[in-house]
Amino acid sequence: MFEYAPAPESQALVNFKDSYGHFIDGKFQKPGKTYQTINPANEKVLADITYGTEKDVDLAVKAARHAYEKVWSKLPGAERGKYLYRIARIIQERARELAVAETLNNGKPIKETRDVDIPLVAAWFFYYAGWADKLDYAGLGPNPQALGVAAQVIPWNFPLMMLAWKIAPALAAGNTVVLKPAETTPLTALLFAEICQQAELPDGVVNIVTGFGDTGAALVGHKDVNKVAFTGSTEVGRIIARQVAGTNKKVTLELGGKAANIVFDDAPLDQAVEGIINGIFFNQGHVCCAGSRLLVQESIQDELLKKLQRRMESLRLGDPMDKNTDIGAINSKAQLKKIEALVKQGEKEGAERWSPACVIPKNGFYFAPTLMLGVSPANTVAREEIFGPVLSVMTFRTPQEAVTKANNTEFGLSAGIWTEKGSRILKLADQLNAGVVWANTFNQFDPTSPFGGFKESGYGREGGKQGLAAYLKGGY
Amino acid sequence: MRLDVRKTYKLFIGGKFPRSESGRVYPVADSKGEFLANVAMASRKDARDAVVAARAAQSGWAGATAYNRGQVLYRIAEMLEGRREQFVAEIRALTGKSDRQANQEFDAAIDSWVWHAGWTDKIDAVAGNMNPVAGPFFNISTLQATGVVAAFAPQDSALLGLVNTIAPAIVSGNAIVVVSSESLPLPAITLTEVLATSDLPGGVVNVLTGKEAEIAPWLASHQDVNAIDLVGTSNFVELEIQAAQNLKRVIRKGDFARLGSKGSLNHITNLMEVKTVWHPKGH
Repeated sequence: MFEYAPAPESQALVNFKDSYGHFIDGKFQKPGKTYQTINPANEKVLADITYGTEKDVDLAVKAARHAYEKVWSKLPGAERGKYLYRIARIIQERARELAVAETLNNGKPIKETRDVDIPLVAAWFFYYAGWADKLDYAGLGPNPQALGVAAQVIPWNFPLMMLAWKIAPALAAGNTVVLKPAETTPLTALLFAEICQQAELPDGVVNIVTGFGDTGAALVGHKDVNKVAFTGSTEVGRIIARQVAGTNKKVTLELGGKAANIVFDDAPLDQAVEGIINGIFFNQGHVCCAGSRLLVQESIQDELLKKLQRRMESLRLGDPMDKNTDIGAINSKAQLKKIEALVKQGEKEGAERWSPACVIPKNGFYFAPTLMLGVSPANTVAREEIFGPVLSVMTFRTPQEAVTKANNTEFGLSAGIWTEKGSRILKLADQLNAGVVWANTFNQFDPTSPFGGFKESGYGREGGKQGLAAYLKGGY
Repeated sequence: MRLDVRKTYKLFIGGKFPRSESGRVYPVADSKGEFLANVAMASRKDARDAVVAARAAQSGWAGATAYNRGQVLYRIAEMLEGRREQFVAEIRALTGKSDRQANQEFDAAIDSWVWHAGWTDKIDAVAGNMNPVAGPFFNISTLQATGVVAAFAPQDSALLGLVNTIAPAIVSGNAIVVVSSESLPLPAITLTEVLATSDLPGGVVNVLTGKEAEIAPWLASHQDVNAIDLVGTSNFVELEIQAAQNLKRVIRKGDFARLGSKGSLNHITNLMEVKTVWHPKGH
């Protein structure tokens, strides 16, 4: 193994304020009752964040309604599009700053925020900017109408990317928004508010209210919102589905997953190993579409696991700001405890735990990349979403068994297939109950490509014209 | 004088015509309040049996070619046409509609099957697409049926509302368990006789007659139902709450009109899932 000298990115690229209020009607409010947001890599405080109340939410929805009725709904699509293009360009200009800010607040490696998250954020705005004056072509008939005010609640795993997935299509379709970032990762959303100011986006079109679950519930439950878009756990998704029952609110839910990554005996093994690694250790496994169940054909199990373990030994865990880091920090203490508890439960139920030797930093929240071997289909770690760098390994003999096992879950977000046989890929892609199927690749995302799940992974799609339709009347 | 032979109105589950396992029936009256027939009153067990039958039939129906599904739906229209007198008589007796009005409703029902039959092999051409992603990948989004749909036909329509509830669900490959109008169930049962002779695989459409309020909670909370259409329900808020338990796709009351001879593509796609497949391009 090679030794690597530290190669830290400069923190001087970003300046957080000491404290932040909500961003409502184009202005930052004075901070109210606050809580601290930290860097999960070293537990140092980054800023004080306002804990949004029902009153704050009401103020933000009123601002969004006013902006919708007086400004945004009257603007020609081409002009709305130009604002979105402006935003995309400012994101590109401030990309490195945003990447550093995201890594500091989320704990994910700088190489991911720099090369994946932030470029996709810019791409999402650029893509939907072009839709704003082409709604007639969205497949919903002539002159489709916006819904009004969208309530958007996003998770902590891809903070700014999830914001882009929500705000870009909403604005392109002609809606105004109130967005609540996750409690642990509010900072890039607040930097985005500054970007809206720099782009001179009309006041009230984008409003950011920070806070916890009850803040989000107040937003989702507000009588004057027309659309609810949520990304997060299936548990909270159920609560939201109940909360909106009997209303006219249109809903998009992107929830949990337990994706199978299926490797056949004819797969290019080295490529498959890279795909497995990317599938489960990308973003510390904090990915709803993570390939968290490895289904390997029995005849190649030993060879594949040997290669996989060897590759895992070369993963570098540590300071997320270091450009060489592969696995950064777990986003919060609570999440770390949840991962630890689930892995222990999996061991108790008969799985064998394996991790490469790796040094865990003293401060901050870290979890070593982990394999769970000999996992039975009934094991907790084969059924529940762990949302961490933990891969459950199972085997199969025939393609039909692979499909049955892959579909044996209440989730249905994504799946992976590794084989050189084209006809097998196409057949399996038909049979797998998953909204996204990656064949001989994994964890690819693009604004032109719809993303979302079957079954209890939620409903509605984000990305593509389907993601646009989610913010228009008559759309699905 | 010859005594006519009356029909026993039964349920339609898995392609068969069973009585309710509960042994219950309820009297159905004509528009003037006179007794017309005893109709099976479906129970919780019947509803569950219907879901099992629907699940068993669904993958085969979805796996049939779109051309084949289109021909089956068109054959339903053909089979209906030959039974005009019977349907018109039932609609008139139940609703008090004039001969002309009853014929119009019947015409619209046939035309709706024809309209839907033509969609089976065009949904992906209109609603699916290739995605020009920024990388060396083949990337395509197609639509597939969501699975088993539970539906409650409009209460105020004897035939057309029912047809416009069933057709948009099965056109794409879903299987359906549908509860007919409680007070106007006779054309629903006669329709099942048409379905049974149209090469539609048993279990793709299952029709229950009885009390919507009694059966609905069991279907709304059923864990093996993927979507629910609440158009004909009374307690729709509570049912939507129950449907959230396994995140069923919900068609709310008022979402899609049911009384035209044409449906809506959005109604069809609301009961479908977009699936996106990626593959690298390379040597």
